[in-house]
Amino acid sequence: MKPISLKALVGAGALALALGQPAMAQNTIKIGSVLSVTGPASFLGEPEEKTLKMYVDKVNAEGGVNGKKLELIVYDDGGDANKARTFATRLVEDDKVVAMVGGSITGTSMAMIPVFEEAKIPFISLGGAIEIVEPVRKFVYKTPHTDRMACLKIFEDMRARKITKIGIISSTDGFGKSMREQCLKAAKEGGVEFIADETHGPGDADMTPQLTRIKNTPGIQALIHTGFGRHGAVVTRNVRQVGLTIPFYQNHGVASKSYIELSGEAANGVRLPAAALLVAEKLPDNDPQKPVVLAYKQHYEKTTGQPVSTFGGHAYDGFFILVEAMKRAKSTDPVKINEEIEKTKGFIGTGGIVNMSPTDHLGLDLSAFKMLEIKNGDWKLVQAGS
Amino acid sequence: MPEFLQFLFSGLTVGAVYAMVALGFTLIYNASDVVNFAQGEFVMIGGMVTAFLGYAGVPLPLAALLAIAVAIVVGLLLHALAIEPARGASAVTLIIITIGASIFLRGAAQVIFDKQAHKIPAFSGDAPITFMGAAILPQSLWVLGGAVVTFVAIFLFMDRTLLGKAVLATASNRLAAQLVGINTRTVMALSFGASAAIGALAGILITPITLTSYDAGILLALKGFAAAMLGGMGNPLGAVLGGILLGLFEQFSAGYVSSSYKDAVAFITILLVLFVMPSGLLGRRAVERV
Repeated sequence: MKPISLKALVGAGALALALGQPAMAQNTIKIGSVLSVTGPASFLGEPEEKTLKMYVDKVNAEGGVNGKKLELIVYDDGGDANKARTFATRLVEDDKVVAMVGGSITGTSMAMIPVFEEAKIPFISLGGAIEIVEPVRKFVYKTPHTDRMACLKIFEDMRARKITKIGIISSTDGFGKSMREQCLKAAKEGGVEFIADETHGPGDADMTPQLTRIKNTPGIQALIHTGFGRHGAVVTRNVRQVGLTIPFYQNHGVASKSYIELSGEAANGVRLPAAALLVAEKLPDNDPQKPVVLAYKQHYEKTTGQPVSTFGGHAYDGFFILVEAMKRAKSTDPVKINEEIEKTKGFIGTGGIVNMSPTDHLGLDLSAFKMLEIKNGDWKLVQAGS
Repeated sequence: MPEFLQFLFSGLTVGAVYAMVALGFTLIYNASDVVNFAQGEFVMIGGMVTAFLGYAGVPLPLAALLAIAVAIVVGLLLHALAIEPARGASAVTLIIITIGASIFLRGAAQVIFDKQAHKIPAFSGDAPITFMGAAILPQSLWVLGGAVVTFVAIFLFMDRTLLGKAVLATASNRLAAQLVGINTRTVMALSFGASAAIGALAGILITPITLTSYDAGILLALKGFAAAMLGGMGNPLGAVLGGILLGLFEQFSAGYVSSSYKDAVAFITILLVLFVMPSGLLGRRAVERV
């Protein structure tokens, strides 16, 4: 008997692989995701992962996309940009995904951009900073509104209240610093002038010296705080402690129920820009976002038993922008899907109404933010100028 | 003048907490030559346990006592399970063990509690007291009062009780202490328990002002360590002085210079002091005189 040659064996193996793969690809559409499920940014990655899994199951239960089931591949980068990049390469080379929704933070997203740009695979980031989509890259999008938009939204409200001279106190953590810079840059466009600029460390116990300085700044009409976490609440309490009575604006980074609870009485009258999701039930019935955010909120809270967060909402938006683009493209070719993502118009998400274009890969305008005021322990929608 | 008073009280409040953390460092350092970097976690445990017991409906004073008890148990376990088995290892090894313990405690707190921030209601309400134009939280007075009581208690214990003398003897010369029949192992366990209790008390007093979360201890440990170095590592009085001074430096530079440089000002001051007086403001020698 003739021994089977090595060449024939390799050939047979290759044939099996070649036959096997298209067969697999025909059955499922692979969507990749790299999220910071653990580590310091886990408060972002955790709800994002839950949201993606939840809705992949839901779409599959309803028959999938273009008759094919979705297959979600999630890697956890722990907030580490190096790991994120490695996983991105794995998604592209080994898993052969057709699109990517993920990248919980700006750092990991920026590290993954070159991988997807090179592979020509659409990448919808959930990171905050404007750098992700500016300059516009052909295959990179993002869903969360930017810090700059939050600043402009605050300025819009200030203009309506005839406020022009303002102060800022910012946390020296990444988020607080970045938003401070964006606010200072956007000041001219927003028609305001910063006449006080103070900072505090992310773990500081007492910010009354800084706030006393701000209080003693002549002519100051309002104050903005940038930063997230418990310091937002500490600053709010200190503002009341030193007796600052000028309008006080917080930022979208503290927009959660726990901020109100932690600040207690001091939160009364504080205004902040936030996504519609936070006030889902309070939106007027004619608001086009209302059904979407309510449905997401209820589904998320029922499935996970945890209160909804805007971060999971970003993942919802990214996922459905992708699903709708795939439906329109009627194809699993990443380049064709990418073309359709860029044509997204009038998509109603939790973060706002998305209108993408070749020059705008974010697609949100200021209407994505609602201006809220805290009254007696709850959010209240405010109309600009009231 | 109102600003000066505002900065002063702010500095004293923050400084009192640093001083309590520094005192915890000092107690353990004296008994064992270990710089216990898990000191900040005791502060976190004090705040978190009280907050969660409070949510569960336990009255605040009882919750605070239980929190201190929990911290003491954790402190004793830290000594028995991590430090004691490595006895005879170099001080550096032991210090690294405490860093490991602090990471472990933070991780455990994430799992047992959660990753959110929590608060304890202020003991005497949130309405600030206006004193010559400065707004002072009643809780600040609690912090200052609590710190003073703690310091006095520690000094009385050291000065008036046999056990306290044993601690002091162990601090000045461990071998000699052993030779005169002092059980230095008990002294070490005692110092871990006492440090944990002081840390937890600091956490309970400060949480109504600063709130707390599983990672609240990291920064406090760093600041407390800096304070202990400034005052002279190993000297309880130095720890108190160092803590108060560090708090005042920080808040006055935030108020009069610029908040961007407040940590820099504080740490540069410490460096300068250590250049001139390498063993801190009140160096080791003072310990022997107590």
